[in-house]
Amino acid sequence: MSDRLLTASAALAEALIEEMTRDERIFILGEDLTAHAGIFGQFKGIPEKFPGRILDTPISETCIAGCGVGAALTGMRPIVDFHFSDFVTCGMDELCNQAAKIRYMFGGQVKLPLVVWCPDGAGLRAAAQHSQSLEAWFVHTPGLKVVVPSEAADVKGLMKASIRDDNPVMFFQHKRLFRREGPVPDDPDFVIPLGKAAVKREGRDVSLFTYGSGYFLCQEAAAELAREGIEAEIVDLRTLKPLDFETVAASLRKTYRAVIVHEACLTGGFGAELAARIQAELFDFLDAPVLRVAAKDVPIPFSPPLEDFVLPRAADVVAAARSVCNR
Amino acid sequence: MAKEKERKDDRPVETKTWRAMYRTMVKIRLFETLAGEYFAAGQIPGFIHLSIGQEGSSVGVCSCLRPDDYVATTHRGHGHMIAKGADVKRMAAELFGKATGYCRGKGGSMHIADFSIGILGANGVVAGGLPLIVGAGLSIKLRRTDQVAVVFFGDGAANRGPVHEAMNLASIWKLPVLFVIENNQYASTTPQSYSCAIGDLCQRAAAYNMPGYGVDGNDVLAVRETAARAVAEARAGQGPSLIENKTYRVRGHFEGDPQKYRDAAEVQRWQAENDPLRRFEDFLRRRGVLTAKKIRRIEEEVRAELDAAVAFAKESPFPRPEEALEDLFV
Ligand SMILES: Cc1ncc(C[n+]2csc(CCOP(=O)(O)OP(=O)(O)O)c2C)c(N)n1
Ligand SMILES: [Mg+2]
Repeated sequence: MSDRLLTASAALAEALIEEMTRDERIFILGEDLTAHAGIFGQFKGIPEKFPGRILDTPISETCIAGCGVGAALTGMRPIVDFHFSDFVTCGMDELCNQAAKIRYMFGGQVKLPLVVWCPDGAGLRAAAQHSQSLEAWFVHTPGLKVVVPSEAADVKGLMKASIRDDNPVMFFQHKRLFRREGPVPDDPDFVIPLGKAAVKREGRDVSLFTYGSGYFLCQEAAAELAREGIEAEIVDLRTLKPLDFETVAASLRKTYRAVIVHEACLTGGFGAELAARIQAELFDFLDAPVLRVAAKDVPIPFSPPLEDFVLPRAADVVAAARSVCNR
Repeated sequence: MAKEKERKDDRPVETKTWRAMYRTMVKIRLFETLAGEYFAAGQIPGFIHLSIGQEGSSVGVCSCLRPDDYVATTHRGHGHMIAKGADVKRMAAELFGKATGYCRGKGGSMHIADFSIGILGANGVVAGGLPLIVGAGLSIKLRRTDQVAVVFFGDGAANRGPVHEAMNLASIWKLPVLFVIENNQYASTTPQSYSCAIGDLCQRAAAYNMPGYGVDGNDVLAVRETAARAVAEARAGQGPSLIENKTYRVRGHFEGDPQKYRDAAEVQRWQAENDPLRRFEDFLRRRGVLTAKKIRRIEEEVRAELDAAVAFAKESPFPRPEEALEDLFV
């Protein structure tokens, strides 16, 4: 089995095609899916290959999410496309009050195999209502799994695991990264289990804990830090819930220093949760305060200089890493 | 156009109003055309949705409104803004992301607003304006003024849940609201005939016990007549109406849309046979309200105004990066 270079978008389509071929219960539901294979072309090949299993809906997010829940409760394995992650607000009851609670509230009677695919993230000058990173809302809702892949291979492996999972999974994929290529195994059994982080760069001086688009900032920052003699370890969390805290701990026991990097805004973001856990459980392994690099606490503005100012940059990661390393 | 000929031209001549409406339609058409050009040239960031071919709806409705009336618009909102009286300089500057724009560069095309003339904002969330306009209608009622509140939305938006909550609530409280559907036959890639269980969306009014009007949205005077009636009823405390302006989106959903979901011939047919601007122009010439010479003059004046607006936008500075942190709270 060899690796090929695929875009993140092609990796997604490949995962879906493989899984839909394997299991007839899987279908895709959402707006504008068949004419252009999804508004980002992310479902390339699927409308032709699986007619009747990729369904165009009216603009009805409440019902799209609700249909996903109802179908999942009754023997199907739906994938719901939310068009832009920002519109999860229009299906929030179905996601957070229904999908997240049904199994638990009814005493574990039923499974709810639902994947909610949410293209998210900023950098496209798409302004406040089309640019958000909302994963923390769902991390804060017991009963949902939350997946945020970065590289193309992660997209494929994690999507396959999400589809095979019997629980509702929120899957956030960054819009700006759709065309980014990466090596992807062509093994149809390539699955990345949910709840497994990956150490993508080893280093002894500082741990960069990240996910999604933050991973690429860390990559860039690590190269710069290496030039300065600081070896950063990059831990791509990949799944925020369940969280692979063992890998986090193992890294920190080696480096004693942590910087958490995400594109979502700072306050109440996933970094706050992770920092709290690190200080509570790994206090003895900390040589410096845990720092966070994140977007500023405002909605995403439209104008390029404003948006660029609000989003975290690799230079911010470098500065935070230097600071915890006392450089 | 055939329709115009059959119709008896027995409307009382409103020379000044009609000329102003025509000028506004020309202005919207040209603003949108220029926006498309500058977007294609890479000078407008993000993505934009143009309302070319829908000028009959925006101008017909807004010609019945006062400056203190409210309008909530959509992602395809440039036309509504201009028809309500917005400043094209500040609109252009906003599209270019400049500090002199309506929202100081924070909003862009999809989020322009001018609260000084009652424009409560374009909206990036489809149907986002409907519940808000009910609130504006309630506020009018509580303040006991005779303003009206108008929300424009699309055939696609009509299928979202909040639309139904909004129409019902406005009706039971008899709020001074106009619900204006611009049925341009597509929601992104999805034809209206696929997404809606009924063809005439104005029929939904019956479910909310309000008047529902289906109008040829490319006949600006037909839109004006209907809107005038609905506005008068709303001002008189008789409650909301639903107007469905049947029109057509001649551009892609967004600029750059590959449009695999429809035939180019369908678009060409609409442009050639049912362009609201050409139809109004022909009507005005037949009625002797405008001459070829006067039309050329209007076009030249509008062109000069928009050239100045674009120049203003281009010359204006970008906001300073730190301004990103301003405006969050008062
Ligand atoms: C709640 C929500 N869902 C989906 C979208 C994505 N979207 C933007 S415009 C659009 C189509 C809207 O169609 P319609 O209401 O008919 O208005 P038109 O574009 O034709 O003017 C869609 C699906 C959105 N912005 N908001
Ligand atoms: Mg439409």
